[in-house]
Amino acid sequence: MADTASTKNLALAKAINESLRHALEADPKVLIMGEDVGKLGGVFRVTDGLQKDFGESRVIDTPLAESGIVGTAIGLALRGYRPVVEIQFDGFVFPAYDQIVTQLAKMHARSLGKVKLPVVVRIPYGGGIGAVEHHSESPEALFAHVSGLKIVSPSNASDAYWMMQQAIQSDDPVIFFEPKRRYWDKAEVNTEAIPGPLHKAKVVREGTDLTLVAYGPMVKLCQEVAAAAAEEGKNLEVVDLRSVSPLDFDSIQASVEKTRRLVVVHEAPVFFGSGAEIAARITERCFYHLEAPVLRVGGYHAPYPPARLEEEYLPGLDRVLDAVDRALAY
Amino acid sequence: MTVESTAAHKPRRSAGSKAGASGTERARTTARKSAEPELVQLLTPEGKRVKNAKNAEYAKYVSGVTPEDLRGLYRDMVLTRRFDAEATALQRQGELGLWASLLGQEAAQIGSGRATREDDYVFPTYREHGVAWCRGVDPTNLLGMFRGVNNGGWDPNGNNFHLYTIVIGSQTLHATGYAMGVAKDGADSAVIAYFGDGASSQGDVAESFTFSAVYNAPVVFFCQNNQWAISEPTEKQTRVPLYQRAQGYGFPGVRVDGNDVLACLAVTRWALERARNGEGPTLVEAYTYRMGAHTTSDDPTKYRADEEREAWEAKDPILRLRRHLEASNHTDEGFFAELEAESEALGRRVREAVRAMPDPDRFAIFENVYADGHALVDEERAQFAAYQASFATESESGFAAGTGGN
Repeated sequence: MADTASTKNLALAKAINESLRHALEADPKVLIMGEDVGKLGGVFRVTDGLQKDFGESRVIDTPLAESGIVGTAIGLALRGYRPVVEIQFDGFVFPAYDQIVTQLAKMHARSLGKVKLPVVVRIPYGGGIGAVEHHSESPEALFAHVSGLKIVSPSNASDAYWMMQQAIQSDDPVIFFEPKRRYWDKAEVNTEAIPGPLHKAKVVREGTDLTLVAYGPMVKLCQEVAAAAAEEGKNLEVVDLRSVSPLDFDSIQASVEKTRRLVVVHEAPVFFGSGAEIAARITERCFYHLEAPVLRVGGYHAPYPPARLEEEYLPGLDRVLDAVDRALAY
Repeated sequence: MTVESTAAHKPRRSAGSKAGASGTERARTTARKSAEPELVQLLTPEGKRVKNAKNAEYAKYVSGVTPEDLRGLYRDMVLTRRFDAEATALQRQGELGLWASLLGQEAAQIGSGRATREDDYVFPTYREHGVAWCRGVDPTNLLGMFRGVNNGGWDPNGNNFHLYTIVIGSQTLHATGYAMGVAKDGADSAVIAYFGDGASSQGDVAESFTFSAVYNAPVVFFCQNNQWAISEPTEKQTRVPLYQRAQGYGFPGVRVDGNDVLACLAVTRWALERARNGEGPTLVEAYTYRMGAHTTSDDPTKYRADEEREAWEAKDPILRLRRHLEASNHTDEGFFAELEAESEALGRRVREAVRAMPDPDRFAIFENVYADGHALVDEERAQFAAYQASFATESESGFAAGTGGN
């Protein structure tokens, strides 16, 4: 479909790029910071061209020091700036974990609300691209466990565009997990639409027999699962969470009260993962509606494997379909 | 007599210097001992002014200091020490859960704190009570977190004095980022970050040096080397004098006598002026001594000798300025008597304020977790409220625990 004045067909990475460009234009306090974000445009080219157009003082190439990136972003936010920092890959966020958890997350509360920290931490995350170790992880639960942070992950280009705008406008620190294996997936982006709330889930496929809940890279998989199940006469509903913290339990509950079965899918290890939280709360909320225990499909309690094994580790079509069958068998 | 020095003090300085120590002694002693004579000092422990070529560059930054200014610095140090002693006593009396005493570090903090301008921004660690005093933060506000009624206690933007930071060294990066913002804004204010000798080992401090140098940020790193990181001496942190670290990052480092308030004032003014002039970061190492424990939970008798403390007591920052004031006829007995009365009044005010501090409202748990709100916090606050309300209901219906127990 051809682009119109307000609608563009964009890859997810390009949608974030346009979103950042819009934010830089709209607010002189917005800054982009990170390793290689300038001339190179980031290793995934998400910040491509931004330094050229906005200069080195707005789009800042940083030393290779993740704690330094987040720690100085905190200082810039204290001075009134709205930094958007890029952590190059998921597994590299850990040197900055201390600054994020002990400082970024807590300073608003410690100051009794006097200090706001509108910092966005962008993290390309997840597997499926054949990378070496520390380049394929899904650490969202480690951040969701920390109060003071908000955690979001878009699954498509349109959400990526709008959720980034909303994350930058938020006065809270937002960890923005970008599904790197979906960076090249294209979708229609209406840049003049009025977006829904940042932390509201979306039903992306209506169904009656079972609810599949996912976010980020697993939403597309769940839509494929629902399409495959439909061929077997099963009518699955797919809910895209979009936000991991806060988590929209009301939307999941509404879906489960309709379908009475729930399977949660994420790439992160199942053990202590976001699926565990969803299962526990939905069990509390929907105990008398459920026809089957809430099942989870995700990674194993093992280091992310070498690339030649990642298809075994990651939830795929068959593993999710297997869980769907088990839930329907109760 | 004014605050001028005489050459007569030079031999005294060199007597303890590297040049005066034999090779054998140096092999036995540590880097910190051998490097101590590199101090910038303007007042000797005996209260006499020092003037030499090395100090001249810094001395000019205090050339305009009047006798009244000196009395002001003395007053600041005395009142800060009094406040600190009161807080220590309050901890012993069970009014505070913990206290981190600054005893011995008054000159480093008052000298550097008084060097800052109102529009400068200060990032402290958790022992900067004297700097807070200089910034106009009411000292009673410092006690809330130690009493356990809050995790901060003051508006950081009220006096451009950030909240205390417990995680060692984290604030050096916040200071650097803030300074990067100051530079972006085209402002001529400066930022000063406080940390200790132990923090110098932290990666965040190294990263803050890197970032500040790369972006030429107007930040002064003020390291109070008080010789001990809880039980670990400085030799467990470094093989080179700490101020020399700056060289590897491409900015100047200077070691100042941290027990000499005049030298601390001068060197910090110099460093802040560099920042304001766009000359970038500076590392100041204030060579001082923590006379008390790390915190009230610590027991320094287990790891350091009495003689060491006694040697440092001879270099007491307050005593040395008093000697100088008295020798210079800048004061009379009335001054000291009035200050003593003011000091007692401060102690009383602090004591009464702490005891009067109310416990926070129980719903404070849920306040300010997020600026824009969070559904889970709202849900848990409602659950908490319902749980609390359930006691009122039980009480009204005669099922309160007290009633049931009878």
